[in-house]
Amino acid sequence: MSGFPILSLMMLVPLLGAVACFFVEAKLARTIALAATLIDLLLGVVLWLNFDIGGAQWQFTERAGLFGGFQWALGIDGIALLLILLSVFLMPICIGASWNSITKRVGEYMAAFLFMEVLMIGTFAAQDLFLFYIFFEAGLIPMFLIIGIWGGDDRIYASYKFFLYTLLGSVLMFIAMLWMANEAGTTDIPTLLQYDFPAGAQTWLWLAFFASFAVKMPMWPVHTWLPAAHVQAPTAGSVILAGVLLKLGGYGFIRFSLPMFPAASAEFAWLVFALSMIAVVVTSLIALVQHDMKKLIAYSSVAHMALVTAGLFAFNVQGIEGAMMIMLGHGLVSGALFLCVGVIYDRLHTREIDRYGGLSINMPKYALFFLLFTMASVGLPGTSNFVGEFLALAGIYQASSWVAFICTTGIILGAAYMLYLYRRVAFGEQKNADAAAMPDLDMREWLMLGPLAAAVLWMGVYPESFLAPMRNDIAVLDARLAATAPEGDAHLEIGEPAPAEGDEMHEEALGGAH
Amino acid sequence: MNFITVIVFAPLLAAIVAGLGNRAIGNVPAKAITTGALFLSCLLSWPIFIGFLMGSETASVVPVLDWVRSGAMEFDWALRVDTLTAVMLVVITTVSALVHLYSWGYMAEDPDQPRFFAYLSLFTFAMLMLVTADNLVQMFFGWEGVGLASYLLIGFWFKKPSANAAAIKAFVVNRVGDLGFMLGIFGTFLVFQTTSIPEILAAAPAMQGASHITFLGMRLDTMTILCLLLFVGAMGKSAQLGLHTWLPDAMEGPTPVSALIHAATMVTAGVFMVCRLSPMFEAAPAALAFVTFIGAATCLFAATVGTTQWDIKRVIAYSTCSQLGYMFFAAGVGAYGAAMFHLFTHAFFKALLFLGAGSVIHAMHHEQDMRYYGGLRKEIPLTFWAMMAGTLAITGVGVYHLGLGFAGFFSKDAIIEVAFASGTEMGMFAFWVGVFAALLTSFYSWRLMFLTFWGKPRWIESEHIQHSVHKTPEQAGEDTTGGYHPHESPLNMLVPLGVLSIGAIAAGYVFKTAFLDSAEFWAGSIAYNEHLMHAMHEVPYWVKYSALVVMLLGLLTAWYGYIRNTSFPKQVAEQLGPIYSFVSRKWMFDELYHYVFVKPAFWLGRIFWQKGDVGIIDRFGPDGAAWVVDKGAVLAKKVQSGYLYSYALVMLLGLVAAISWVIFA
Repeated sequence: MSGFPILSLMMLVPLLGAVACFFVEAKLARTIALAATLIDLLLGVVLWLNFDIGGAQWQFTERAGLFGGFQWALGIDGIALLLILLSVFLMPICIGASWNSITKRVGEYMAAFLFMEVLMIGTFAAQDLFLFYIFFEAGLIPMFLIIGIWGGDDRIYASYKFFLYTLLGSVLMFIAMLWMANEAGTTDIPTLLQYDFPAGAQTWLWLAFFASFAVKMPMWPVHTWLPAAHVQAPTAGSVILAGVLLKLGGYGFIRFSLPMFPAASAEFAWLVFALSMIAVVVTSLIALVQHDMKKLIAYSSVAHMALVTAGLFAFNVQGIEGAMMIMLGHGLVSGALFLCVGVIYDRLHTREIDRYGGLSINMPKYALFFLLFTMASVGLPGTSNFVGEFLALAGIYQASSWVAFICTTGIILGAAYMLYLYRRVAFGEQKNADAAAMPDLDMREWLMLGPLAAAVLWMGVYPESFLAPMRNDIAVLDARLAATAPEGDAHLEIGEPAPAEGDEMHEEALGGAH
Repeated sequence: MNFITVIVFAPLLAAIVAGLGNRAIGNVPAKAITTGALFLSCLLSWPIFIGFLMGSETASVVPVLDWVRSGAMEFDWALRVDTLTAVMLVVITTVSALVHLYSWGYMAEDPDQPRFFAYLSLFTFAMLMLVTADNLVQMFFGWEGVGLASYLLIGFWFKKPSANAAAIKAFVVNRVGDLGFMLGIFGTFLVFQTTSIPEILAAAPAMQGASHITFLGMRLDTMTILCLLLFVGAMGKSAQLGLHTWLPDAMEGPTPVSALIHAATMVTAGVFMVCRLSPMFEAAPAALAFVTFIGAATCLFAATVGTTQWDIKRVIAYSTCSQLGYMFFAAGVGAYGAAMFHLFTHAFFKALLFLGAGSVIHAMHHEQDMRYYGGLRKEIPLTFWAMMAGTLAITGVGVYHLGLGFAGFFSKDAIIEVAFASGTEMGMFAFWVGVFAALLTSFYSWRLMFLTFWGKPRWIESEHIQHSVHKTPEQAGEDTTGGYHPHESPLNMLVPLGVLSIGAIAAGYVFKTAFLDSAEFWAGSIAYNEHLMHAMHEVPYWVKYSALVVMLLGLLTAWYGYIRNTSFPKQVAEQLGPIYSFVSRKWMFDELYHYVFVKPAFWLGRIFWQKGDVGIIDRFGPDGAAWVVDKGAVLAKKVQSGYLYSYALVMLLGLVAAISWVIFA
C-alpha cells in the first residue's frame, strides 16, 4: 500500500459525492450518499488491514507542498486510525437513519453529511498544524447547518449556542498555533510532538488549546450547548455529533495538549480532575430528572466524556488507553442510543419519555436492541464501554483515589438514570394507544442497529483488535509524559512482614470510615 | 473439547437460541433446549466434583480467549476449576437444572416462556463464569452478568410497576457494592500489578501488616483496605446489612427465580468471593473482624424481621439474608470450609423451601399471604412433606451424640461451634448472635409451617381465592375454604422438590467430613485452618447442644403462638408496640434510604439543571453574551439575524483570514 494516497482518496470519494448530491433529485442523492459512505467504509477496512501494527509510528503519509509554507500533509498513527474507522463506520448508518425522515432539501442534506465526513477524516489524518485547524473548525459548519436547517422547532437558538461556545475556543487556539509555528519554526505535527516548548509558554498555550477542546468535549461548565444541539438536531445529526464530533476534543488532548505541553498538562491535571469529577456527579444527577430522551442521553454523554478527560490526565497507560476505548465505545453506544430514540421518534414524533411505555410488548426486537445499548451505556462487562471505563478508572486510581472514587460513583448514577429511562420507555403498561400501535423494527432499522450491536459486543469481548493498533502510540505518549507525570496519591510502602497483631489503630480508623 | 467449556457455554448457547428464537421456535423447543443444556451441564459437573472428593482431580485452567492487554494490566477469558469451583459447579448446575424443570409447570400459563427460560440460562452462564474466573475482572464480569439476569428476572412481569421498581432497586443497590468491588480491584492492581487471582493470593501473605497505603487521604494498612473494598462488593451481592434492601423486594420475580438466584446461587457469590480470596483476607485480620461483625449483624437483623412478615416468600427471603450472615461470620472467623459447607447445604434446602412455597402459591391461586392459608397439610401432602424436609434442614434438627441430622444441622452447628472455638471477642459475639438467630430461625420457620399447613383454612379471606370461587367471605359463611380446592402441583414441579428433599436430608451427613475436616479435599483452593477446625470439634457439650435447645424452644414458641393459643402473637405484638412496628417495617431501612439518597438525588438533579445549567451557566454564558451583543451594536444585531448562513459565512471568513495570515505572514 505504500505510496498510494488512500487517505486522500477517502476524502475525495465523499467530496465528489457531496458535489454530485447538490445537482440531483432526492432519491438519487440518497443513493449517491449511501454509495459514497459505503465505499469509504470499505476503504477504511482496507486501511485497517494494511495498517502495520508495530511498524512505523506514522503510516500512509502523504506530503504535497501547497502555496506558501502550507502543506497538504496527511498520515495516521493507531489512534487516528481508530477514530477514522469510527467515523466511516457511523456514516452509512447516518445516511440510513435519514433515509425516510428527511424530506426537504435532501440533496443539500446529504451533501452536508458527506462534506462532514471529508472534514472529519481530514481532522484525524492531518499532519500539519493549520491543516488540522481548518478541518477541525470547518467540520462544525456542516453540523451547524444540519441543526439549523433540518433541526427541530428551536433550532436557531441551539445552533447559535453551539456556535458561540465553539467560537471563543477556536480563536484562542488559533492564536496559540500561530505562536507555536513561529517558535518551533515548523507546522509539522510529528516534529512538534518532539519539540519542547519553554515551560512558561506551555502554561498559556495549554490554556488556549484547553479553551477549544474543553468546549468540544464538552466539559462542565461549557457543556450546555450539547443538550440543546442534540435535542434540535435530526437523528443522524445527533448520531454523528455524539459519535464523532465529541471525540474531537479528546483527540485534541491526546494529539496536542498532552504530548506538546507535558509540563503544563501535569500542572493543570488538578483542574481537569476537578471539572471531570463535577461533571460525573452533576450531569448524571441532571440526567436523572430529564423528561426528554435526547436530553437525557446528551447529559449522560457529558458524564461519560468526563471519564475520558480524567483518564487522559491520569498520565498512565491504562488511563489513556481506557480513555480511547471509552471514546470508541461511547461513539458506538451513544450513536446507537440516539438511533433508538430516532426509531420511535419517527413513529410518534415526540421525545417525551412519558408518551411511551410498554414498548416491549409491541416492539420486542426494538426493546432487545435498546436493552443491549442501555446496558453498554451502563458499562456492563462484555460490552465496549466496560473495557474503556474499567481501564480508565484503573488508571485514574493510580493517580488519585479521590478522583477514582468520585468518578466511579458514575457507575451507580449511570445505572440509575439509564434503567429509569428504559423502564419508562420499554416496561410498564401500554399507556398510550398510539405508542402501543407502533410497529417493530423494519429491515432498514435492523441494518442500522445490527452492526452497531455486533461492534459493541466485539469491543467488549475481544477489545484486543482495537487496543493493538494504538498500543505503541500510547506507549510513546506515556514515555513522553513520564518525566512530568505527577506522583499518585497512594504512596504505597511495603516493609518486612510483621506479626499478625498490632493493627488495632487502623481497625478503628476503618470502623469510623464505614 | 474440555468438559468445563461445555458446562459453561452450553447454557449460553441455549439462552441465545431460546432468547433470539423466541416465538419463532415456540415454547416447547425453547424450554427443551435450555433445560436440556442445563441437565447436560449438571451431568458433566458431578463427575468433576466427585473427582475432587476422591482426590483424582487436580486444579486446572482452560484458556478461552485473550481479553485485555493494557500496559501491565493483562487479563484473559479462562475457566479455572479447583475444589472450590467444583463445589459451586454442582450447586449451580443442579439447582438450575431443577429450577428449569420446575418452571415447565410453574410458568405453564405464562405467555412469555421462551424469554423466561432464556434469562434463566443466561443467568446460569454468568454465574458459571463467575465461579470459574481466574482473575478478578472475569469474576466481575460474572458478577455483573448475574446482576443483569437478576434485574431482568425480577422485572420479568414488566407490566407490574412494583416489579420494575424492585428490578431497578436490585441493580442500583448492587452497583453501590460494585463501587467497592471495582475500587478493590484497582487497589489490588496498584499494589500487586496483576489481577490474576493465584498471583495475588501467592503474594498476599507476605503483605500482612507490612504495608501501608493512602486511600481517600487516610493512611491505612494495605491488605485491610483492599479486603474491605472487595468485601463491600460482597455485601451488595449477598445482601448484607446496609446493602440488603433489594433482596426482599426481589421477591417480585417469579418464584423459581427466587429459588435459583435469590437463595441458592447468586446471593452466595459474596461468600464465594471471600472464600476464593481467603488467603488475602487472612492477611487482613481487621477486615476479617469486620466481615464477622457484618455477618453476625445481618444474621440477627434479618432473623428478627423474618419473624414478623406475612408474605411467605418474604419470610424465606429474610431467612436467606440471615443464613448468608452465618456464612459470612464463619468466613470471618477463618472457617472458610464451614462457610462453604453451609453455602452448599443451604442451596439445597433453601431452593427446596422456595420451590415448595411456589408450589403452595400455585395451589392457592397466586395468594402469597400466609394469613389466608391454613390447613393445607391434607390438601397438598407432597408439597407439605417437601417443605417439612426443608424446615427440618434449616432449623438444624439433629442430635450430636447420634451423629445424625438434617443438612442444616451439620453446617449451621459447625458455624456456631467454630465461632465459639475461634476464641476472639468478635467470634464470641458471633457465637451468641448465631445461637439467638438459630432460635429465631426455628421460630419463623415453624411459624411458616404452622400458618400454612396447620389450623383451619382461612382461604376465603384472600382476594385471589375470592376471584377464583366468585364468592365474598359473607357469602361463604361458615365454610372458610369458600369451596376452593387447592390442587397438588404437577409432576414436573414435584420431581425437583423430591430431589432437593434428598439434598436437604442427606447433604450434611454425606459431605461433612470432606467440607469440614479435610485439608486434602480443599487442596489449597481456600485458606484451610486445621488448628481451628480441630478446636471446633473440641468445644464443650453445652455449645454443641445450644443450637438444638434453641431450636426446640423456637418450635415450642411457634407451636404455642400459632396452634395452641392463636391470639398470643397479637398480644405480644401489642405489648411490644413500637419495637414490633420497627421490626415489622424492616428496621426502617427503606424509609431511611428513600429520604437520605433517593429524594435528594432527584432534588439535586433538578437544582443542578434548573438553577445551575439554565439559571447560571446559560444566563451568564451564551444568553448573556447574546444579550450584550444584542444591545451592543447595530452591526452585531444584523449578524444575529438568525440566519444560519450568516454564521457559517462568518466562520468561513475567519478561516480564510487565518489561512491568508499563514501564507503571507
